[in-house]
Order: sequence, then C-alpha cells, then structure tokens
Amino acid sequence: MIPAAFDYVRASSAAEAIQLIGQYGDEAKFLAGGHSLVPAMKLRLAQPTVLVDIGRVSDLSYIRDGGDHIAIGALTRHMDVEKSPVLAEHVPLLAHAAGHVGDPQVRHRGTIGGSLAHADPASDLPATTLALGATYVAEGPNGTREIAAADFYQGYFTSALAPDEMLTEIRVPKMGGAGWSFQKFNRRAQDWAIVGVAAWQRGSECGVGLVNMASTPVLASSVATAVAGGASAADAAEAAAADADPQGDLNASVEYRVHLAKVLTRRALEAAAS
Amino acid sequence: MEITVTINGKSHTADVEPRTLLVQFIREQVGLTGTNIGCDTSSCGACSVHVDGEAAKSCTLLAVQADGCSITTIEGMAAADGTLHPMQQAFMENHGLQCGYCTPGMVMAATSLLAENPNPTEEEVRIGLEGNLCRCTGYHNIVQSVLACAKS
Amino acid sequence: MTMTDNTTGVLGQRLLRREDPALLTGEARYTSDLPIPGALHLAVLRSPYARARIVSVDTSAAAAMPGVTAVFSGADLAEAWAGPMPCAWPVTEDMKSPTHYPLAVGQANYVGDGVACVLATSATAARDAIDAIDVEYEPLEAVIDLEDALSDRVVIHDEIGTNRSYTWDLKIEESEGQVDQAFADAAYSVKERYIQQRLIPAAMEPRAVAAIPQPFGGDMTLYSATQVPHILKVMTALTLGIPEHQLRVVAPAVGGGFGSKLNVYAEELLCVALAKRTGSPVRWTETRSEGNQATIHGRGQIQDIELAADSDGRLTAVRVRLIGDMGAYLQLVTPGVPLLGAFLYAGVYELPKAYDFSCTSVFTNMTPTDAYRGAGRPEATYAIERAMDSLAAEIGIDPLELRRRNFIPTASYPYEAMTGLVYDSGDHDRAATLAADMIDYAGVRARQQTQNVPGATKRLGIGVSTYFEMCGLAPSRVLASLNYGAGGWEAATVRVLPTNKIQVVTGTAPHGQGHETAWSMIVAEKMGVSPDDVDVLHSDTAIAPLGLDTYGSRSLSVGGVAIAIACDKVIDKAKQIAAHQLEANPDDLEFSGGEFRVAGSPDRAMPLAAVAFEAFTAHNLPDGLEPNLEAHTTYDPPNFSWPFGTHMCLVEVDTETGQVDVLKYVAVDDCGNQVNPLIVDGQVHGGVVQGLAQALYEEAVYDSDGNLQTSTLAEYLVPAASDVPAIETGHTVTPSPTNQLGVKGIGEAGTIASTPAVINAVVDALSGLGVRDVPMPASPNTVWRAINEAQGGQQ
Repeated sequence: MIPAAFDYVRASSAAEAIQLIGQYGDEAKFLAGGHSLVPAMKLRLAQPTVLVDIGRVSDLSYIRDGGDHIAIGALTRHMDVEKSPVLAEHVPLLAHAAGHVGDPQVRHRGTIGGSLAHADPASDLPATTLALGATYVAEGPNGTREIAAADFYQGYFTSALAPDEMLTEIRVPKMGGAGWSFQKFNRRAQDWAIVGVAAWQRGSECGVGLVNMASTPVLASSVATAVAGGASAADAAEAAAADADPQGDLNASVEYRVHLAKVLTRRALEAAAS
Repeated sequence: MEITVTINGKSHTADVEPRTLLVQFIREQVGLTGTNIGCDTSSCGACSVHVDGEAAKSCTLLAVQADGCSITTIEGMAAADGTLHPMQQAFMENHGLQCGYCTPGMVMAATSLLAENPNPTEEEVRIGLEGNLCRCTGYHNIVQSVLACAKS
Repeated sequence: MTMTDNTTGVLGQRLLRREDPALLTGEARYTSDLPIPGALHLAVLRSPYARARIVSVDTSAAAAMPGVTAVFSGADLAEAWAGPMPCAWPVTEDMKSPTHYPLAVGQANYVGDGVACVLATSATAARDAIDAIDVEYEPLEAVIDLEDALSDRVVIHDEIGTNRSYTWDLKIEESEGQVDQAFADAAYSVKERYIQQRLIPAAMEPRAVAAIPQPFGGDMTLYSATQVPHILKVMTALTLGIPEHQLRVVAPAVGGGFGSKLNVYAEELLCVALAKRTGSPVRWTETRSEGNQATIHGRGQIQDIELAADSDGRLTAVRVRLIGDMGAYLQLVTPGVPLLGAFLYAGVYELPKAYDFSCTSVFTNMTPTDAYRGAGRPEATYAIERAMDSLAAEIGIDPLELRRRNFIPTASYPYEAMTGLVYDSGDHDRAATLAADMIDYAGVRARQQTQNVPGATKRLGIGVSTYFEMCGLAPSRVLASLNYGAGGWEAATVRVLPTNKIQVVTGTAPHGQGHETAWSMIVAEKMGVSPDDVDVLHSDTAIAPLGLDTYGSRSLSVGGVAIAIACDKVIDKAKQIAAHQLEANPDDLEFSGGEFRVAGSPDRAMPLAAVAFEAFTAHNLPDGLEPNLEAHTTYDPPNFSWPFGTHMCLVEVDTETGQVDVLKYVAVDDCGNQVNPLIVDGQVHGGVVQGLAQALYEEAVYDSDGNLQTSTLAEYLVPAASDVPAIETGHTVTPSPTNQLGVKGIGEAGTIASTPAVINAVVDALSGLGVRDVPMPASPNTVWRAINEAQGGQQ
C-alpha cells in the first residue's frame, strides 16, 4: 500500500519533461494520470527512483480535427475521449472503447497517452488505435517523430519510445462512416478484457485489433485479408488468432482465448457490417 | 514537498513526502477519516473522493498530484447544519448500506455519476458503479438509492 | 407463541437505521480511524514460500533503519506466549493440531505465514524496514491437493506425523445397516462429487488492531475489527497470560466480517504482546493483498454424496464423505466447520434414519480456513440440492416436483430429523409455490421448449434450491456434544433510567447488521416507549462484559430474545412498584402502551416514566425491593432456529463464450416474525450475491507450489453492481415456536440458498447438450470447457 520512496519533479512543458527524464536516466519514469503506474508502485512491483510528473502539461490535453484525422493530445483523459463530440462524429470506435477503460474514477484521471505508452497488451486503447491505423507522435531531445501504431508495440509493456522520449499526440484517421464494433469480454465490468476485439469495416476494407491475445496488442491482418478476399464474417473470423500468440492465465486457457477471439471477431464484423 | 489542497472548502498547506497517497494525506495529515481504504489495487473504490468535482480513487493519486486541486470528501457532503446530502438521505431511506465501509466511496461515486447522467436507467447505475465494491448489500439497495436520488 | 400484550406496533416496521447517519457522513470510527497519539506501527514480514525451513533471520539492517523501534523474529518472541494460538473446537479426542504461534518458529507453512515483524514510529517506516529483514529459507515441498495431503506422501508438520487432523463420524444408532440396505433396495440412486472451492471472505474493511497499555497497573485495551470482542478477550488473556480482568476489548465500527473476523489472529496477539513489552500503544492495519493471504479463507471441501430413492423418488438414504481443507493450522473454529453442515445433508426432505456421514480433515500448505458466511451449511445445502437435481434427471422428472415429493410435510412439525435434531417449524410447499409464482416457473419451462432447440447458442436455464438454515448456534448442551469450546447463550441487560430513557446492554457484536436499530425496536415494543428513547450499548467488554458475540445468524434468535426476556423481568419489577403505588395487587395490573393499569379500573394507572422515577428515588418502594429498574438475563435457547425457504434463479448461457447471464433471481425466505423487514431484505440481498459470487466468480487459486494467484482484489473477483442481478424477495412467515418473539436467523440464508440455485440453473440450461455438472466458479472458460467435454470435443 505504501510505495517505495522516490524523488518527484514536475514538468510544465513537454520540452522540460524530456530534459528532466534525460537528466535522471533509466530509473526515472513519466507520471501522467498515474493509473497504471501508481498501483504497481503500491505493491512495490515498480520502484522508480524519480517521477517526472507531466500531468500539468496542459497544452497536451486536446481533441482537434486535423482534416483527414483527429489529433488527440497525449494527456487527454479517457473521459474526455469518451465524451468528445468530435470523436463521436469521426472516430466513434475510439470514443466507445475509451468508455470501457477501467471504471469511471479511472477514466476521470487516466490519460490516453499514458495508457498507450504503458503498452499493456490487455488494455483497450492500444489495440483500438492499432485497428484504426493511428499514428503516434513522440517528442525527444532531437525533436519529434511519428511512429505508426503498428510499429509502436514491441513486447510486453515495451514500446518503441526511447527512454527520453515522450508520447505527445495520437493521430487517428477519420472513420468516414465505417461500421464498427468493440467487443470487450471480461468477467467483471471493471477488469481488463480476457479478450477484446476492436473492429471497423467499410465494404471489403476492415481493421481488427485484438486485446490480450499476445504480449503486444495484435493487428489481425489475416482477418482483414480474408474480408478483402470476400470471406464472410464467420469465415474471416476463423483467422482471428492467426496473428496472435496468447498466454493462459487465471481467466482463460490458451485454447479458450483463441476460441473467444474467433467468436468475438465474428460478432464484431457482423455488427460492423450491419 | 509543500502542497496546498482545498478540502471541503478549506485550504490545507502541508509538507508531504512525494510517495504520500492522496488518501493518506486526507486521513493522516488532514485527519478526515471518513474516506476509507479497502484495497491496494484501485479495485474497490472505498477511497473515492471528488477531485475538482469528479470522482477519483484517492488511493491511486499521489498527494502531490492533487496540489492546487479542490477535493470533496464524504465529510463535505452534508450541509453545515447537518442536513444530509440528497444522496446520503437516499442511501438511508433505501437501506443502501450495512457495515458502511464502502459507503463513503459509493456516495461519492454515485453523486459523480448523477452529475454526468442525471436520469440513469438501472443498468446505467450498475455500470456507473462498476468501480466500487460492496460486500454487504448485494448492491440491490445501493442501486435503488441512486435511482431514488435521481428521481427526487 | 405470543408477541406480548403491550403492542405498540413497532415490530415489523421498516424503521430506518439509526446506525446510518454516522456511517453516511464519515463520522463513524473504524479501528484504523482511531487517533492514537504515540502509537508504534506494526508490520509483518510474511513467508513467500508455502513451506520452508527458516534457517536464519537477520534483523540487524532493518533495526538500524530510521524510525524503527524494534524488529523481532518468531524465535525472538517465542517466550512471549503463554500458549499457542487457540483452537476452540477440538472436534474429536484424538484431533491433531500443530503448534501455531503468531510468528512462525522454525518452519513457515503457507505463503503469508508471519516470520518476523517490525515496530516503527510510522507505518511507512515499518513497511520500509520489512524489505530490509534478511531471512534465509530452505524451501520444502508444499502440499496443496487434498487427496495428496491425505496420502501423507509429504507430511507437513513433523510434530504430528500426519496430515490428517481428524475423522469425525455422525453416529446414528438406528442407521446401523440401514444405509447399505437402502442403497441395495433403491429404485434410483446417484453418486456425485462436488468441489467447494476456497473462498476469500473479503469484508470491505481490512482487519485492524490497536493495543493501548494503561500507564499504571498493567491494564490493556485492545481495539480490533472483530466480530467477537468477548471471545477475543478470553482467548487473548489465555494466550498471553494476561489476567482477564485487566484486559478490555473494544470493537469500534466494524466493516463487515462474514466469519473472517470471528477469530483470534496473530496480529491481535502481537499488538498486545508488543504493547505490553514496549509500554507504547501498538497498531496495525492490514493491506488487502496481505489480507488475502493472512485472513482466514472459507469453504475448501471435497464432497462425495450418494442418494438412494424409492420408485416414487422419495429419499431412502443419504451417504456423505467429506475431505475438509484445514489449511496450514487450526484457527479458532476451523475443524468444526464441516460438522455444522453434517446435520443438513438431507435438506428439507423427509429421510428415514438412514444417514451416514463421515468427514476427514487434512492440513495443507495454504492459508488456514475457518467459518465463512454459512460455515458448513452452504456446503451441505449445495451438495443435497445439486444431488437432488441429479436424482431428478436420473428419474426423469422435474426437479421442483421431486422436491415437492420429498418435502417434510407441514403437519409433521416439530419434526425429529434423522440426526436427532428437532426442526421447529416449516412450510416448504408454501415457500416453493410462492417462489415458483414469482419467477413464473411453468412459463419458463414452456419458453425453454422453444428457446433451447438444437443449435441454439443462448440457452435458458432455471435452478431451484430449498434450504434449512440451522442457526443461532445453540443450545449450549448441544454444542457440548459437539465438543465446541463455548456455550450458545447470550446476555442482555435492560436498564430504565430515571427519566424513562432505556439503556440496553447486549453481548452481540454487530458489524453491519443493524442491531442498534433492531434491538431498540424490540425494547420499544416490550416497554411501550419510542425506539428513539432506547440506547443500545455493545462491543466494549467494559460496558458489556458478558456475551458470545455475533456469528452463525445467532444475534436475533439468541441475543434479541435475551433482550425481550430482560424486558419482561424489568416489567415484573416495575409492576410491583406500580402496584404498591396504586395500592393494588400486582397480579391485577396490566401493562400496555408504557402504562400500568388496574384491570377493570382504567382511571387507576401509572406510566412507566413515573415508576422509573419512583424506582430511582426509592422513597416509597415495596418492602424488600431494591431501588432502580434494571434486569439482567443470560438466555440459553432450547433449540437452534430453523429458517427455511426456496430460491429460484433464471439464467441464459451463451454457449459460444460460456458466459452466464442471470436474468432473474427470486428469494423466498421464512425467518419467522420479522423485527425489521428492511433489514431482513438487506440481509437476503447481500447473502444471495455472496453465494452467487461463489457460483460464478470467486475462487482462491493456488499454483502447485502453494502461491496464491488471487492475492489482490484485481484477481480475486468480488463482483460489482454491474456483475450481478437485482434480487426479488418474497417471504412466508412461520413463527418459531421456541422463542417469545417467534424469530429465526436470516444472516446466512441467502448465501446458503443461492449457490446451488445458480449452478442448478446453469446445468439446467446446458442439460440438452449433455452437461451434468459445472464446477465452481462457473466462469465462462469453465462453462465452455464443460460444454466441450459433454460434446466430446476439445478442451
């Protein structure tokens, strides 16, 4: 319940945050909403020596229409993503998925950037942004760079961000009226998904992201290929686990996860198409 | 580190260790013990308070993160003359509590829920309280309490 | 049975709870809320191994840390204990019980077993120092599986030489030979194995303790989040060698218990011992992940049950074999839990004296088990109610019809059961009929015909369960026959103050049940005053020195009745005073509405208020009568109380995912006369959801090395509002004939009835797919696997 001691510094801008994290090195961590990090620290599973609090970098909380995409500041809270009229119009799948993260208290404090940078394969938003073909913007000591969501997730809780890089913006292509569905399957509403499927479909084009089906969020490319080839939702869903590598845990065996991915993908595609 | 937090309308300035959780600050340094601690994984919601008007789990925020914020705890819900907040009154009238340990967090979560959705369905109330655990009531009368408060 | 003559109509009202304002405003003080200046904080280092020899404990680095006052290993404190941790229920003469100290000495026996502890000036300093204690362990093979434990392949405790704690048989002379004969003659029989998974009680308030030594004279006050302040006082005095009269135990506001706070815990003894040693107050508050390991678990049984029936489906014999999981040590009543179920394996059914019950309990390298809401009775009810569904399937009749054929007829009450216990009252057909109407049983059966067709992926199931709860653990003589270490009585004092306000002192120890409200209603009804004029004092042994506390649904049927009897005694005394004042014969006085009147002379009356003041001034009392209006009673009930009922559950199972949705839940409970129906319904709601949680969500999972996989509330799935249904309650009222209030218990009924109702519904939904059973918890993965196995498919 009591975290190990650490030093705390507060950044007022992204540039200052990057400077600070560079200064303190490997044992330092960014603190955004803290809703992934603080619980781990309370159990002393995480013991950073320095926290760089970026929660007050207010110019990173925004949702803007960027023409062909919506740009979301990394410190935008889940609740603001969920309730955004702009996202409801242009990227309803993301707004809906954000409404399934944790519980209302978590959504009031947790941020989209924090959730994505944490790179938890069981989180809802990494797979959702992956399915949507999002691009992340990272800022480091040498300026900014764009990272495709598909290139971002490199392993269990491991992202392409360098230690001194900070996620600043998420750019999500507009869905252009595509059908969509978010299928989150869990035992309690507040929990992480046992398996989740985020899908959109426009004609023979679709994107499917899988939650908790590997050590990273999974883009189910094989499903998209099957749909593009004219397969029915049921047939395409058979390929749902082709790109996955799930583990067994308390709530699901490997076989069950694979099965669930297929069932939920079929349901998602059927819902997206209707 | 020195922080200033407004709690139930009163400003508190104090020196805290960075690792001090907001709930520890509220309970141990400010001395308001109505906010309870029921778990260490942000699962139970017993520690829910309002931060700038919205429910948050005070066990998952560092006190330093709340610097400059306005906090409402369960002690700040009733009127100065002791008149219960309508949500507290609804919990009483609908037997929405038994041991009372989850209750402060439930009341804070439920008022935040109604602020965002003033006329929820039963299903919306249940989903809206997904982050708060109770072991006594089976939730039936908690849900009834929130619905009754929304109606009143 | 009579309610009393002086009815003011308070009993049976849905009076709002007087406890609520303090709880709703944060004013109530739980143990961890108490301000205790100068307190030292205790933290406990717990074994990360399920079984390990403790080679060495180096406390030097921890002791040198800032704020640390002292660090102790188990060996360092070995002399502090006058005796080992208590087990108050030696169920057999030859029961084996390993020595159990608050901190392990020599060998740790479960993950969470205390190994060393720190005292520091802050909780933070204590927690930090825990990480600096250097323990060298020699890990040993752990025993997790119950049948493996029974084999003694690996013996956990060298000192007792076996993992078997005891074998206890329910001996019924008349059953000799009858059971085997009945099975030989049976037209139908079933044999089933059910697994009662381990559960974590998870009361929302974690345990908390504070021990405060008085500066002079050696007195000690122990605050604890406990259900049993009185029992804790006796046991702490014995274990620590403290004179009992110098120990005061207080249970402040307590945030739920469900049996988990019906115990004497290491941390309670450590706080008192260390407060005594240091002369400073010592406090400790459990973290949740610590509690999941170090607070008792519930359930943990393997049940083999066999039913024999005649050609009409009427039960002719029941045979039960249990293996009970004690965990690493025996806690306060650990070994007795299976015995509490032993009497209920025939449920509410007529059974000849052909019953054979045997339980063998074993040690494992897991957290000790003990009483958890229902304690033995949910397990028994689950087994008989699941087995009745199996028998119905075997015979090919509706499960509700099979139950009706077997119900003990209402006219047979009081009914002497096969065990020799006498069930005081019952009307099972009426409860079942009400439940069936509420859920539209016939309509559901019709819907199933159209919905559960081949290929259907959303299948409807309805489950029935009926129950008797044997509650109000009493009478003392019966408990003696079970070797229980205490009696079953309860104490009460009723005191009319000079201004006609009334104080009630009760030995019950509420922790959410609303005793202050309910007991004030009993007194108001008896004494003809407003409930607002009654104060209820409890849970502090300095104020309420006698009592046996709150567990086993005993508080109303024993403690509440004791209060009513004490009221009668006060009224008797008051009557003598009033008669003296009115110059009448006491036998001619009537008492109602708070006033004594001379029968036939309505103008000759004296209110209780005036009597109370006369008793106080003592200016003009009858010769020989002592001043003041006060009476004390210790009530030992003549029988258990026997609430009963029928629950029904409607589910829809998604056969593709294994997801179970509870569509409707109906609870019909008969707890006799209801003091406060608002509180009764609340008890039912909470109990039902706790039982439903066993059916669908919860399990304390250990890996094969004995690591608890569900050590936090993120993994141990206590359901939230979003995960459970609304509960529809109905009641029948069959007053208990054995007490003057006609009341029975209701605290555990919901938990007892709901678990089998839910699982019966799930199995019913899937019966068309060949599923005969689904293990608990019926998680989606588990349900999906059961369907696949029944279909001969993959895992």
